Amino acid sequence: MLEIRNLHVAIEDGSKRILNGLDLTIHNGEVAAIMGPNGSGKSTLSYVIAGKPDYEILDGEILLDGENLLDMEPDARAAAGVFLAFQYPLEIPGVATMTFLKAAMNAQSRARGEGELKTPDFMRRVKIGAEKLGIPQEMLRRGLNVGFSGGEKKRMEILQMALLEPSIGILDETDSGLDIDALKIVSEGVNALRSADRSFLVITHYQRLLNYIVPDTVHVMSKGRIVKTGGKELALELEANGYADYVSDVAA
Amino acid sequence: MPITSPTWRLEDHRMASITPLKTSAELALIAQGAGLSAERQTAFGRFAASGLPHRRVEAYHYTDLRALLKDAPPLAKAGGIAPSGFAFDGVDALCVSIIDGFPNLDGVKAVSGVSLSLSGDAPDDGLAPNSVFPVAGDPIVALNAAFVDQTLHIMVEAGQTVEKPILLRFVTTHAASAYSRVVVTVADGAKLTLIETHEGVASALANSVVQVVIGDDAQFEHIRVNLADHQATVLTTFGGCMGARSSLSSGNFVTGGGLSRHQVFFRLEGEGSTATVSGASMLNGRQLADTTLVVDHAVPECVSREHFAHVLDDEATGVFQGKIIVRPHAQQTDGKMMSRAVLLQDGATMNNKPELEIFADDVQCGHGATVGALDDDLLFYLRARGLPKPEAEALMLQAFVGEALEMIAHDGMRERLEALSEAWLKARS
Ligand SMILES: Nc1ncnc2c1ncn2[C@@H]1O[C@H](COP(=O)(O)OP(=O)(O)O)[C@@H](O)[C@H]1O
Ligand SMILES: [Mg+2]
Repeated sequence: MLEIRNLHVAIEDGSKRILNGLDLTIHNGEVAAIMGPNGSGKSTLSYVIAGKPDYEILDGEILLDGENLLDMEPDARAAAGVFLAFQYPLEIPGVATMTFLKAAMNAQSRARGEGELKTPDFMRRVKIGAEKLGIPQEMLRRGLNVGFSGGEKKRMEILQMALLEPSIGILDETDSGLDIDALKIVSEGVNALRSADRSFLVITHYQRLLNYIVPDTVHVMSKGRIVKTGGKELALELEANGYADYVSDVAA
Repeated sequence: MPITSPTWRLEDHRMASITPLKTSAELALIAQGAGLSAERQTAFGRFAASGLPHRRVEAYHYTDLRALLKDAPPLAKAGGIAPSGFAFDGVDALCVSIIDGFPNLDGVKAVSGVSLSLSGDAPDDGLAPNSVFPVAGDPIVALNAAFVDQTLHIMVEAGQTVEKPILLRFVTTHAASAYSRVVVTVADGAKLTLIETHEGVASALANSVVQVVIGDDAQFEHIRVNLADHQATVLTTFGGCMGARSSLSSGNFVTGGGLSRHQVFFRLEGEGSTATVSGASMLNGRQLADTTLVVDHAVPECVSREHFAHVLDDEATGVFQGKIIVRPHAQQTDGKMMSRAVLLQDGATMNNKPELEIFADDVQCGHGATVGALDDDLLFYLRARGLPKPEAEALMLQAFVGEALEMIAHDGMRERLEALSEAWLKARS
């Protein structure tokens, strides 16, 4: 279970507040969607959960199964089960995708006190995962994300999530830059990972993705807070009426 | 192959009327020079006239030898024994040891197409008009010419391919000054791979010069590794000239030496030749490693590529000075030079000075230099996937250094150097 309480966050130098008392609870097995206008702080929330160092936490807490994530380094959070699929996955020239995948899987196993994967097991898991997502073997030999299209990068993020088996997967605008076929493939990849002990936080600007990854709850974010919570029908309502009703200063 | 006279001169802005006090290193060198034969005196005179180069000499601005060389240890004695446990033992090569400056050909098997011999003649001092070096009067080369005892000659006959690399293992075994000279001829159409490895004890000063004449259509691969003690001084020069359609590939790897300077001086004097010089240095503590290169395009249609990667930890200093010269009639020259440095601590320093001197109008030349820390966003991406910080940094640095090392064609050496760079990174985390 992920519990976020009264989270206040500013940019590192304290000059700009981005999250202003955000509360959010996601139960095990739940798929929660966050929708909100650009600039409302959705990516910031995802980065703060994952532990990006550029932010100053002014107040509040983030608990994963009762453990305070804010006390942990980003790699420890990953080992504890946090996975963030980046809105803009980074290119790392010279680091072969396979080398990277193996390093990540082994680092997490080690951190959890489990043994390292045997190479044939690793190869098999990557092969099966890549096939499901339509990722050609040739891409795995290239530098991580180097020369990949936007859609290929997003698929690579989902492959990583499948291999790392997190307890909470955060998808930050995974639908952006995807055509309808890629959107379906990626959504199937995510749906295949849904289980009773794994939850998801799906961040999106558009309702379209939620036709394929059907959420249990939908939260509307504005100016760094959750301003409305509902079921999946809330997404349809937002699609029809826009955010205007929920953006606080417009409503006031 | 015609040899034109050197035209690039080292500048000395020091006014002749000001003669600063001699340092203890200079005094020691002068005492050592007193015993030199008449034919070595020209070279020594070059040094004696201006002393050790210092920061007002442009080519030594970042590596002020007068300030940095605390002493010149006594001239080395023969009879030293190389330590066992050589990092490149497994490389299939014809190995020649050069211990404390003394080349040893005893027990070195003959290989077809190549001859090895020793001579005591005065070597090229970079001063005479027929010098093989395109840089005139470099003080490190001049000192080497003055003090070297036996020169090792490696001659590959025309059209011969030497299958096995020749591996020169330079070692200093005691706190002494070791001067060595290797003269390589790769005649027309011949092919040779030459590896130089440098090991040495603390307080030793090694000055080695490897000069090469690469004939028309000849191919020369060169690899140099500096693993000397972090208190040792290692001055190395690699230079010469290249004939038509010839190729030179020189790969460098440096983790050793407290004070080291590697000079690469090449003149491309036959049309259609290609020179590639690459290198990676990984330094920590208070190490300083200088790479100074001059690639002189004297004729049209030659290609030169330089790519250097520097990883600097603690208070280490990297220096890169690269100059591509394109002579007036050297049209269609294609020259590219890149030097990239990563600083891992605030105390580390990189001095980059890439230069182009272009006198022809139809050329494609470029250079770039970057200095910076590891990218924070990339680091976070890797850490968000579970890699602890040191491991994430090591992965990024391995890729950074790998870009330079992958230019080394010899598989066995490249793999060993990759392993050495990994070990360096592991020791840091
Ligand atoms: N590192 C940063 N430096 C400066 N401004 C930032 C930084 N991160 C986010 N912001 C600002 O915070 C606000 C929220 O950004 P973001 O979290 O990316 O919103 P969203 O993902 O909802 O579009 C925006 O106004 C953005 O410009
Ligand atoms: Mg965003």
